Amino acid sequence: MMNLLDPTGELQPARRERLPRAQSLQGKRVALLDISKPRGDVFLDRLEEKLGDLGVEARRYQKPTFARIAPGALKQQIAGECDAVIEALAD
Amino acid sequence: MSLIPNDFSGFVAVVKRDCETCRLIAPALADWASERDLLVYSQDDPTFPAGCDGVIDDRELELSYRLDIEIVPTLIRFNAGREESRLLGWRREAWRQLAEIPALGDGLIAFSPGCGSKSVEPGMAEKLAFKFGDTRLQARRIEVAAQQDEQEIAFERGWSDGLPVVPPTEERVLRMLAGTTRSPDEIVGIIPPNNVSCTVEKVAINAVLAGCKPAYLPVVLAAVEAACLDEFCMHGVLATTYFAGPIVIVNGPIANEIGMNSAHNVLGQGNRANSTIGRALQLVVRNVGGGLPGGVDRATLGQPGKVGFCFPEREHDSYWESLAVERGFAPEESTVTLFAGGGVHPIGDQKSRNPESLTRSFALTMRTVYHGKIYGRADALLVVSPEHMRVFREAGWGKARFRAELDRRLTIDGSEVVQGAGDIAEGMPARYAQRRLSKFQPGGLLIAHAGGGAGMWTAVITGWAASGPKGSTPVTVPIRS
Repeated sequence: MMNLLDPTGELQPARRERLPRAQSLQGKRVALLDISKPRGDVFLDRLEEKLGDLGVEARRYQKPTFARIAPGALKQQIAGECDAVIEALAD
Repeated sequence: MSLIPNDFSGFVAVVKRDCETCRLIAPALADWASERDLLVYSQDDPTFPAGCDGVIDDRELELSYRLDIEIVPTLIRFNAGREESRLLGWRREAWRQLAEIPALGDGLIAFSPGCGSKSVEPGMAEKLAFKFGDTRLQARRIEVAAQQDEQEIAFERGWSDGLPVVPPTEERVLRMLAGTTRSPDEIVGIIPPNNVSCTVEKVAINAVLAGCKPAYLPVVLAAVEAACLDEFCMHGVLATTYFAGPIVIVNGPIANEIGMNSAHNVLGQGNRANSTIGRALQLVVRNVGGGLPGGVDRATLGQPGKVGFCFPEREHDSYWESLAVERGFAPEESTVTLFAGGGVHPIGDQKSRNPESLTRSFALTMRTVYHGKIYGRADALLVVSPEHMRVFREAGWGKARFRAELDRRLTIDGSEVVQGAGDIAEGMPARYAQRRLSKFQPGGLLIAHAGGGAGMWTAVITGWAASGPKGSTPVTVPIRS
């Protein structure tokens, strides 16, 4: 028998449960997150308009750059201010 | 087996039957041991030396390992458990003096050299260090049954980039760790994308997988350190749909010391150090960080250098200061520079014999880095060959002069490259139409000298589309032993 040393991080990435989905957007505040890719704003403008028609409040947020994960402060701000997030992946 | 008592005073002789000198002095040892404080340890046969009372069996080599025996016979005098004196091989007068037995070895020749101890035979030192030493490896053990193929285990467990790997046995990892003075449990960095703390030991395991020699480990460790720096943005380099991967450029004396190739086919295959150091870094990102193609690695096409891309600068006959010196390091320092790069694009110019023409040639091709109509976005790494450098040397163009002239030829009117110009939708936004635009942002062009002595070829390697502070900035770190 031979022993090999495990080259991995020995972490199965923790599989986290998703938060329960909102049953309705009524009375909720929705974050619209622009990741700073070209034309993401076009997509989000249209979504904001649609949400407005439904009487749902939307707030706009933007990552400084698409190339990096969102800064912790921005994630905390969104979590503190909104009930749901729509993220625009665009190009 | 018996080790030496803590307060032992007297003599220890370590011998093996498979040594001519040990056989020669066997009768003398037998006489001595029957009368006085001599403990005889035999490495290969406890019935040897014949006629010697109480030979101690050291076939497990624990005593030989703990006393650091390199030659047999070795004679050591202890006083109250402390080593006072040691003799290697047979020197009659010295043995007589140390033993204080004037007639010791009567009738024997005066001198006979010893043989190598079994404890230092090839591969044995690591086995003994693992068995008896203080090195404690923390990694989880994966058992491979006798009928299993360890290569297939490595593939099945996802440890490989698609090519065969060297199975990371405990002995191989210990041997690898001998390549650094750093402690196996020292943290080298936090590896994306899973942000896992990576120890020297984990780097060593992946260096074994990649096929590295222990002497390469300091370079691999420096490369991993560099990849973990925030400004390099390894997470983004991994996650992008673009072609980029970490390219490792080695500067300083270590490149020659470990046998790297900076000459013919420098960016290609064929040299163990060049091929395995970059691969080890990528395997650390894959295995420790969890960065898998199709997972967080979202590259649309990728490029072959993502298996591993590492080369040294050809410094010994370069007319220009090296990349590392330009970046603030001394020529005698060894460093790694990491550049987030795509594939190799050739610049062939066999006609230019003056630097003005050659610089224009370079600029013409370099305008197409990332896209001919995108300026100030992707960095680049220019690898200038010896024959092309000769043109600059003969004209007395230093590196700063070349950079300035190249930049001048890579600066254009924005109107040429705005979106829609040339009936091409891609390009710079319209607001740049009235500006002068430089192809590369400040500090975004790295220049190194490398390659074989013949051939008027230079290479340009395109940086990541998200080069610079918003994405990846090249980083240089010193290599520590």
